[in-house]
Amino acid sequence: MASHLGGLSGAPVVRVESLIRSFGLRTILDGLSLDIDKGEFVALLGRSGSGKSTLLRALADLDDKVSGSGRLETPDKKSVVFQDARLLPWKRVLENVMLGLNLPDAAKRGRAALEEVGLGGRENAWPVELSGGEQQRVALARSLVRDPELLLADEPFGALDALTRLRMHDLLRQLCARHQPAVLLVTHDVDEAVTLADRVLVLDKGGIVADIAIDIPTPRDHGDRRFGEVRSELLRHLGVETKPVLPV
Amino acid sequence: MNAFSHPAAVAPTIGYASDERALIPPAVKPRKTGTRRRLALGRAIPFGALIGPALLLVVWSIGSVAGLIDPRTLPAPWSVVGTAVDLIAEGKLQGHLMTSAWRAAQGLVFGVLIGTVLALISGLSRLGEAIIDGPVQIKRAIPTLALIPLLMLWFGIGEGMKVTTIALAVLIPIYIQTHSSLRSIDSRYVELAQTLRMGYGEFIREVILPGALPGFFLGLRFAVTYAWLSLVVVEQVNATSGIGYMIDLARNYGQTDIVIVGLVLYALLGLASDGIVSFFQERSLSWRRTLAD
Repeated sequence: MASHLGGLSGAPVVRVESLIRSFGLRTILDGLSLDIDKGEFVALLGRSGSGKSTLLRALADLDDKVSGSGRLETPDKKSVVFQDARLLPWKRVLENVMLGLNLPDAAKRGRAALEEVGLGGRENAWPVELSGGEQQRVALARSLVRDPELLLADEPFGALDALTRLRMHDLLRQLCARHQPAVLLVTHDVDEAVTLADRVLVLDKGGIVADIAIDIPTPRDHGDRRFGEVRSELLRHLGVETKPVLPV
Repeated sequence: MNAFSHPAAVAPTIGYASDERALIPPAVKPRKTGTRRRLALGRAIPFGALIGPALLLVVWSIGSVAGLIDPRTLPAPWSVVGTAVDLIAEGKLQGHLMTSAWRAAQGLVFGVLIGTVLALISGLSRLGEAIIDGPVQIKRAIPTLALIPLLMLWFGIGEGMKVTTIALAVLIPIYIQTHSSLRSIDSRYVELAQTLRMGYGEFIREVILPGALPGFFLGLRFAVTYAWLSLVVVEQVNATSGIGYMIDLARNYGQTDIVIVGLVLYALLGLASDGIVSFFQERSLSWRRTLAD
């Protein structure tokens, strides 16, 4: 629970109070409140249509066309990783990482970020020349090069194959350990949430119905008994009943 | 098993098919390759673009030699070449060519600049679209050549009228294609620009302009064609120089060979300029992967 120690030292970096967001007559977020501490890794689970992305887009200031109310405090330095890597196809990899980065040493930082995600040497490749996993790593580099205090990730590994996804989990964990941003990871993958997060939230009917701190030491083993218990509990909140996991 | 397989394709493969059968369990039929139609286009034919024109030239030559084509209707290829050589020796051809190329170039430059600027203003602001798009669409509905009488009243019959006519014709495809390409830039990129906190200038430079580039080039290829097309017409209206004038004069004297030389020149100019545009198009859009690749 190292992340919560960070929370003791100051105010949370994200503070959401009675957030309401609706599309037409449909209320997606109904008075939702949420705090995320400095450096805390929070995973957000929920069924499709539960409002996960709506919440993330609200935090990313991408919902100016949505009606709603509420108090929303987020840091200035935040970045978003989308489900698609969203690289500009007409920019080479390094230029994509440096987009919007108006610093004198932008290129140097960009190269370092690419090195960090294991893509050193691919600076001059076009996005179409990369695999899906590599593109998503470029997107991670593009986010991290900005030294965000808050990293918002909207099902960033949803479009990747299972093996690549596992590798990306390791990478994301390493990067977060090094850069210490607060993270909100939206996902529909319970195992992914339990593997990566300090705290897992379940969103349903416009509010948070479960808020579970994950106290399993890292690296986390999917076969671990505690892992199984947490998974079952989360699945129950998501409306999926499972048989109790037998101790190994 | 395979709806696309053709029975005839099975026979020649028996030689190794029997070897395959020894290795594969009998329940699994060996998969026939090469029988299914591939959806991509396959490899490009080297110099494929030249085959059609070469064939035409062959037919023309044979027709001339065999006496099937009356030289007064269509002189033989070699007499057209001879006429061209004579015209070059007299210095006439170069002079007319320079005049025509200069007119087309001026019209093209002004038309492309104005068309691009209008497309950007109209593409990037609602007010701009409200003001600009309507008049451009009206202009588009009126054939440029129909404007020539009015343009002659306004600008006389000099170079100004000719360049203006060409520019007006060129502006339309540039505007239409650039505007439509710009408006169809994926909104996800706009979102991205927002989350990366790009400034407006950077957004235009990094997202809008490159995103609109495919449309701009498509428009440019049309524009080049329109420029030559308009040139032909304005040069036959009260001109005293240029390829069009040369053709018109030759028509008066029944010099079919000179007319053909002029037409070949137009074709070469058109092809060369289109080639130049598509060269730059390919270089600037090398990030794309399409069916043609």
